[in-house]
Amino acid sequence: MKLPFTIMFEKRMEDVPKWLPAVTSIGSVLIAFLISGIILKLIGGQPLRVGKFFFEATFGSWPAISDTLVKATPLIMVGLACTIAFKMKLWNIGAEGQFYMGAFAASLVVLVPMVPLDSPRYVIIGLMIIMGLIGGAVWGFIPGVLKGKFGVNEIITTLMLNYIAILWNNFWIFNKWSDAGFQMTPPFDKSAWLPRLADYAREFKAFSGITLHLGVIIALVATVVVWWVLERSRWGYEIKLTGDNKEAARYAGINIVRNVILVMMFSGALAGLAGMSEVSGVVHRLQERISPGYGFTGIIVAWLAKLNPFAVVLVSILFGALIVAGREIQPSGLAQLLQGIILFMVISSDVLLRYKIRFIRLQAPAVREVEVA
Amino acid sequence: MNLEIILHAGLATGTILLFAAIGEVFAERAGVLNLGVEGMMLLGAMAGFSTSLYTGNVWLGLLAAIIAGGILSLAHGLVTIHFQADQVVSGLSLTFLGTGLALVLGEGLTGKNPPLVPAFNIPGLSAIPFIGPVFFTDHSLLVYVGYVFVPLAWYYIFRTRPGMHLRAVGEKPDAADTMGVSVYGLRYLYVCVGGCLAGLAGATISLSVSPGWYSAQTTSGQGWIAVGLVIFAQWDPLRAALGAYLFGALRRGILDLQGPAVLFGMRNPLYINSNFGFFLQMTPYILTIVALVIGSRQAARKRLGAPAALGLPYIRGERGL
Amino acid sequence: MSELPFAVEMKDIVIRFPGVLANDRVNFTLRQGEIHALLGENGAGKSTLMNALAGLYRPTSGTIKINGETVSFSSPKDAIAKGIGMVHQHFMLVPTQTVTENILLGLEQPRFFMRLKEYDQKVMALQEQFGLRVDPAAKIWQLSVGEQQRVEILKTLYRGANILIMDEPTAVLAPQEIDDLIETMRAMVAQGKSIVFISHKLQEVTAVADRVTVLRKGRVTAEGVSIEGMTKRDLAQLMVGRDVVFSVAKKPQDPGDVVLEVQDVHAENNKGVPALRGVSLEVHQGEILGIAGVSGNGQSELAEVITGMRPCQGCILINGKDVANQPPIVSIRSGVAHVPEDRTHVGSAPNLSITDNTIMKAYREEPVAKGWSVDFTYARENAHRLKQAYDILAPSVETMARKLSGGNLQKVILAREISQEPRLMVAVQPTRGLDVGAIEAIQTLILAQREAGTAVLLISEELEELLSLSDRIAVIYEGEIMGIVPAEGADVEELGLMMTGSRLADIQKQKAPGDLEGVAA
Repeated sequence: MKLPFTIMFEKRMEDVPKWLPAVTSIGSVLIAFLISGIILKLIGGQPLRVGKFFFEATFGSWPAISDTLVKATPLIMVGLACTIAFKMKLWNIGAEGQFYMGAFAASLVVLVPMVPLDSPRYVIIGLMIIMGLIGGAVWGFIPGVLKGKFGVNEIITTLMLNYIAILWNNFWIFNKWSDAGFQMTPPFDKSAWLPRLADYAREFKAFSGITLHLGVIIALVATVVVWWVLERSRWGYEIKLTGDNKEAARYAGINIVRNVILVMMFSGALAGLAGMSEVSGVVHRLQERISPGYGFTGIIVAWLAKLNPFAVVLVSILFGALIVAGREIQPSGLAQLLQGIILFMVISSDVLLRYKIRFIRLQAPAVREVEVA
Repeated sequence: MNLEIILHAGLATGTILLFAAIGEVFAERAGVLNLGVEGMMLLGAMAGFSTSLYTGNVWLGLLAAIIAGGILSLAHGLVTIHFQADQVVSGLSLTFLGTGLALVLGEGLTGKNPPLVPAFNIPGLSAIPFIGPVFFTDHSLLVYVGYVFVPLAWYYIFRTRPGMHLRAVGEKPDAADTMGVSVYGLRYLYVCVGGCLAGLAGATISLSVSPGWYSAQTTSGQGWIAVGLVIFAQWDPLRAALGAYLFGALRRGILDLQGPAVLFGMRNPLYINSNFGFFLQMTPYILTIVALVIGSRQAARKRLGAPAALGLPYIRGERGL
Repeated sequence: MSELPFAVEMKDIVIRFPGVLANDRVNFTLRQGEIHALLGENGAGKSTLMNALAGLYRPTSGTIKINGETVSFSSPKDAIAKGIGMVHQHFMLVPTQTVTENILLGLEQPRFFMRLKEYDQKVMALQEQFGLRVDPAAKIWQLSVGEQQRVEILKTLYRGANILIMDEPTAVLAPQEIDDLIETMRAMVAQGKSIVFISHKLQEVTAVADRVTVLRKGRVTAEGVSIEGMTKRDLAQLMVGRDVVFSVAKKPQDPGDVVLEVQDVHAENNKGVPALRGVSLEVHQGEILGIAGVSGNGQSELAEVITGMRPCQGCILINGKDVANQPPIVSIRSGVAHVPEDRTHVGSAPNLSITDNTIMKAYREEPVAKGWSVDFTYARENAHRLKQAYDILAPSVETMARKLSGGNLQKVILAREISQEPRLMVAVQPTRGLDVGAIEAIQTLILAQREAGTAVLLISEELEELLSLSDRIAVIYEGEIMGIVPAEGADVEELGLMMTGSRLADIQKQKAPGDLEGVAA
């Protein structure tokens, strides 16, 4: 049966309507939830109950919201790290490794120790922030210089460095700084903890047990910084130009090698900052598993946010909720599946930004003119 | 630290990387970068393992693994070839998808014992001194398949007509298109081939070389190493095989280095403090980076390199999709 | 009177793309054994029409008949099956494969195993038949442009093409090679082929075609008219619709000090082959030095070494400062403006706005820069001013660059470069691919720069353009300057000889041996 019309994809000639990117992102998330629900049903789960539980665990009460925000905090920073790299078409898949190196470097402040442990809190935390940035930056520098100077594919190098970073951490945790043989260091002194709302439980009863910590402020500051760099600064202009057309950037006199290295360092630093935030604000020690894959989730966050720093915050909250809920939902791995579906839907829907769908009515064949000799 | 044992193990482990890498060579030669190999491998490992478990037939398991990898790769193909989305991000999304699916559907498979791919000797050849025990003794069927597959793949790509079309589609798709070669069709085909081979590689792990299901640890990054190997291999199946077997040998060699108290006549530091083993475990990843650097320098020097159209969607003039 | 059916008969062809009507009820016929020129300026719809004939596009409506039989092509394969072969302007050849492999691309034979030696022989036999010589085992990237074109032609002949479509075949050839091509075309016609050749060069059309069809803005202005009795002027008018002014008004001017000095520069091209072999020249303030030559003789590399995009040996002095072998930022800061050959891949950022594109060179300094940040408000206002001043057609300054037409994009690039108030402007093929209105606008802008005292290095494939704009013309051939002559009163034949390898000194010696003899004693 032939349809009376045919579907054609037509290149968009006018500018994309401003609301379309947001709609495709939101739509992708909704469809992904739907598909996951279907898969869950197929393997014998109960999607609606799961959904209700999801909401309660993440936004249903103040402690729940706090949990969500705590999980969102490192995601924001890693999402920003990926955003800035992706703007220049540098595929930093190594945010996970940079996270760990940031955590490691920040922990050095306490473990070496780099300053006397009875120094004022702001000194220790301040130093940890700086070390976190440095640790991540160094781990971003390596693939940056390999790509900039030797043209080595950064996807693989950053990935390999992920594994190397985790192994590096493991060595120190299992070995030198192990806590009685367990795979973690002894807990840090309170002076190395990022302040939490729970710390003020005596003044404000409502804050008791709320684990929301200063890291969220750091993350928001980072968001504004990244926004300013990308949208207002000269460097941001260079980044956008290079990401759009490397040859044109070269023609415009931009030093591409230098920018590749600097952007990778900046990106790594942001991821390292996330590592510091987790180590000082949440786990309070250096241990084997600090990150449930923040580095990879950050990639999806950045892409879903369409590389907009403020959207990164919103998306991070959503994914933070996913992580909180995912801790208790069986089967484990569902969260990852959901993330994969979301990303897949987002890139599929990107096609709508470049092409319009047109329904063309097929004409009935015209009567052929009879030729008179 | 027995060289024979290391090489023997290297051939076995290397076969995994080999299937995945050569599959990726096919896809990239056609111009499509498939970064979802890790996800497809894991999904293949799970599909093969569970199918073999539930049907009691290991051959069905292999088939299931191949199909699983293939279907996942078609999703990648659809998004990158037809929707012309960015190939890098699409590949990444498929890694997440494949990994997620494998973990979800593979719940509860740990510890089970399905029928595995049989291992055997090749009579006659296994009697040759040194080469016999290393290459032809007590290997899984899949390893022997690997031996034959490599030269076949090479010959196909460089010496046959369909191979010429494959290369043309990856080098200059518009030339192929105007001569009536189906660029979209061939790209789909070879992306699928790549996915199937990645699935097979996964099954090679779970049903043969390192039997079992260990969730995400089953593949532990080998898919990514395979992608890196393709660059080192300069898109040549022979070099890919060489790299794969070398890496395989390396992984075994690492394990062996940790055992003896005396190593090369000196006190083995790893024996003293087994934690140094972490550094050894880093070596495959460090070496992948080194291999990439070598590959990139060589490409720059010889002015060879990737198929010219790799990573770029093919858009035919103003015909639209 | 019974006639052979037309080899090709296209009736009422309409081809529409989103936003543009490329062919508007076009009629076109090709007789057996004739050479039919399809004439029109860039964007008139000639390539589109022939692409439809070659099976690449499907016409929105209209009929096509081949040898009297109505056909409908759904792919190039169908067209090839009917004996139609297309020789593209931009060669469709796979650089890393051999000549024979390229010829065999897409065919059913050989079935599976490539028996290259056997097919090499077949290709050689075909070459003999038509006099097209090229080594079958050579890889395409090793061949010269003329040789590559021969491969393109062989591809169609191998497939038994009887109707050949040649799309701007002479665009990349030197005058000598053009003559060879014309010989080849006549040989093919003698063996029963029919040829359509697309061109916008009136000289060649009048030289070789039997009949001509002229397209203007998608419509036919002259259908299958015999070439006899048509003058270039007539054809130009049909192409453009008004009396074409063949030259732009240029004021006489005295050049000032030397701005650019190129001293014995050597450089390699991307393949590692020497592209510039000891080039020396000078450009003065308020002067346009045109560089003539068939593309591929070092012009691109010359522009690139001056603007810092390619390493070289030798000296390149801008107002006395040596900028050779330094990154582009050095030449930019020395006051060099660059209008690059490739508008879209080098000269602009396609997905960024017009505003972003206009500040590509200006963003480092006040007033566009404000400390570490960019004053986008100022940039937008400035872009708006430029849009008005340069008559750039676009919905707004926020429009993405890739939505602009070629002419408008080039205006943006020129606006940007001119805003830098450069001392030297290097313009490479600035009017390539543009319609007549845009060409005039760009040429006027370049002349205005000359009047303002800027030194201009103009590299162009269009000899006419060089003759009307330049003060002096240098001819480059295989990386060497064959000679520099004043543009006024330049002898086109002399230029043509230089473009194909003769040095000016040698040409002059040959011209007047008698005079020299007289002077000797």
